[in-house]
Amino acid sequence: MNEHLLSMHDLSATDVTRILDTAESFREVGTRVIKKVPALRGRTVVNFFLENSTRTRISFELAAKRLSADVINFSAGGSSVAKGESLKDTALTLQAMGADAIVIRHSSSGSPLQLTRWVDAHVLNAGDGTHEHPTQGLLDLYTMREKLGRLEGLRVGIVGDVQHSRVARSLSFGLVKMGAEVTLVGPPTLIPPEAPIWGVQVSYDIEGVLPKLDVCYVLRVQRERQRLEYFPSVREYARLFGITRDRVALMPEGGLIMHPGPMNRGVEIDSDVADLPRSVIEEQVTNGIAVRMALLFLLLGGGKGEAP
Amino acid sequence: MSTRFVFEGGRVVDPATGADDVRDVIVADGVIAGSDAVEGAERIDARGLVIAPGLVDLHTHLREPGEEHKETVATGTRAAAIGGYTAVAAMANTQPVADNAAVIQAVRDLAGTAGLCEVHPVGAITNGLEGEQLAEMGEMVEAGVRVFSDDGRAIPTARLLRNALRYVKAFGDDVVLAEHAEDPSLVEGGHMHEGVVSAALGLGGRPAEAEEIVVARDLALARATGGRLHLCHLSSGRSVELVRRAKSEGIRVTAEVTPHHLTFTDDDLQTYDANLKMNPPLRSGEDRDALRDGLADGTIDVVATDHAPHAIEEKEAEFDRASPGTIGLETALGVIMTELVHPGLLPLSRALDVLSTIPARILGATDQGGPIEPGRPANLVVFDPEHEWVVEAPFASKGRNSAFLGRRLRGRVSYTVYRGALVVAEGKPTR
Repeated sequence: MNEHLLSMHDLSATDVTRILDTAESFREVGTRVIKKVPALRGRTVVNFFLENSTRTRISFELAAKRLSADVINFSAGGSSVAKGESLKDTALTLQAMGADAIVIRHSSSGSPLQLTRWVDAHVLNAGDGTHEHPTQGLLDLYTMREKLGRLEGLRVGIVGDVQHSRVARSLSFGLVKMGAEVTLVGPPTLIPPEAPIWGVQVSYDIEGVLPKLDVCYVLRVQRERQRLEYFPSVREYARLFGITRDRVALMPEGGLIMHPGPMNRGVEIDSDVADLPRSVIEEQVTNGIAVRMALLFLLLGGGKGEAP
Repeated sequence: MSTRFVFEGGRVVDPATGADDVRDVIVADGVIAGSDAVEGAERIDARGLVIAPGLVDLHTHLREPGEEHKETVATGTRAAAIGGYTAVAAMANTQPVADNAAVIQAVRDLAGTAGLCEVHPVGAITNGLEGEQLAEMGEMVEAGVRVFSDDGRAIPTARLLRNALRYVKAFGDDVVLAEHAEDPSLVEGGHMHEGVVSAALGLGGRPAEAEEIVVARDLALARATGGRLHLCHLSSGRSVELVRRAKSEGIRVTAEVTPHHLTFTDDDLQTYDANLKMNPPLRSGEDRDALRDGLADGTIDVVATDHAPHAIEEKEAEFDRASPGTIGLETALGVIMTELVHPGLLPLSRALDVLSTIPARILGATDQGGPIEPGRPANLVVFDPEHEWVVEAPFASKGRNSAFLGRRLRGRVSYTVYRGALVVAEGKPTR
């Protein structure tokens, strides 16, 4: 394991397996009445969130608390950042307060890497701009492995706005690393033309792809992309790429529907699809806590102590 | 300081005459002197050193007036002198913008006070660089301006540029419009070259075609109007090809390239190093190689620094919020020597032609660019082509945002002579 978790790109397949295996042992903690282990007692984890996020922040907060770490939440609104303090100065302040780990969410790609140049704390990327969201990618890998028993050879379609999706990048890099077959599907304006270099396939035909998928991973489509001329209308997007009940029927039996949330029901995914048994969106959320516990434990505990 | 000195035994490379020979160069009373002036002159051992016309930068941002926290005329010209420059063209994007004779004169006065090199203010093509209304270029020509540019952005409409190219013909044949070629609609939200690296880093792209489209448009307008066009800081290989063809057709165009576009590629941005953030951006390896070829074969006329100093906090920021640009005056000669001359990609005489003689001609700087002959104003650079050094702060420039920080260069200025005075001696400023 590296000192920081900055991107899926940085991790080896061995690292990924180790993280997922560690998460497995932490998952059980979440099912206990007393959902807490003393692994990080006395350590300080700062959730440094400069971009709005509820679910990722809460997930990290729960993960750190279940490991008995002290948790500080620092977000943009009302903070020194809103008063114009630079990222570097804010980071140095957090450092001076003795943060052992900084979990950063930021709208600027690359800011977690920059942070590592200024602080000694372990840095965990909780989503940076349109670059990566590695903890989301790892919890998705965990969920696929848990539900389908393997990652190697899995056929996964990632559908939607890949161009602007940090989730799509982390997940694609992770899946390819683990030997899965990835197909990106969406309007050509929202798939980077360079994506095949990542080792993925590209298709613009959702109905042609679905029959060959073990997992259909649906990305959130932001309505503002329409204003920027990436596609003509939300209606046309939904008609061409929306995951409807009829389309899900094209998938093989046992194929999963996943979504990183928050969902736009009726745009990229129909309401009745999101609520199907094969949709594992809530399990993704639950697994997220275990994966983030594993990451905090491996980075802060130095991986020396035994997981419970 | 002696006003009379002789560089003994240096290798004189003078692109204006094609001379390349070992001899003494005597400077007396502000000019290159004949051998009769050697008596009583301070003797400077120049064996192993190259003596050439002082370098001329067509593209410098001195930031004054208005952004003195980034650079001043005094600090910028000091950086120029250390880099071997004896003349720089100061871009118009100051605050207020150099779109009238008063600002032009103010910059020139500041340069006169500093006394470290010639400063040729560039005038804006449009008022406030807003791309809407032509600036009063006639008044600025009378104030001595020869090059006009809205550098930082392209002239937004073909109609406006067409009118500008036609309008300046009233002031003679030599007035030059210098264009920053990037289509604004294609670079909006972009921070680096669009390609494999930007896609993986999740950074918005500034595609090569944004430059090629404007280059093609501008060349068509230069052809139609007969106006004199200069293309700033080319970055794309296809732009070089467009210029090559335009020149073969007799279109009146010149082009420049920066040391950083000749050195780096987008792959160097993997670390999100904001010192490598530029407009136009650093492009692919093929683009860089095409720029090198274009410089060697004469398609590209000039190496210009696009010296763009910024305050520390303007660069030490998130990549998408950091200001674009690198300082370059103090490293340009070393970079060109290291990247192109020493590896055998560019003959030394051609390097000095593109760093001095040709830009002097475009700028109409008659005291600059050689020839190194008796009676000519003594504006010289004397450098050690073998001196190895590592680029590091502090710089004479206020900016510390060098793309070349930490790089080892081979070739460094020993002396700079400006109007017959040693403004740099043994690599250090004398004043």
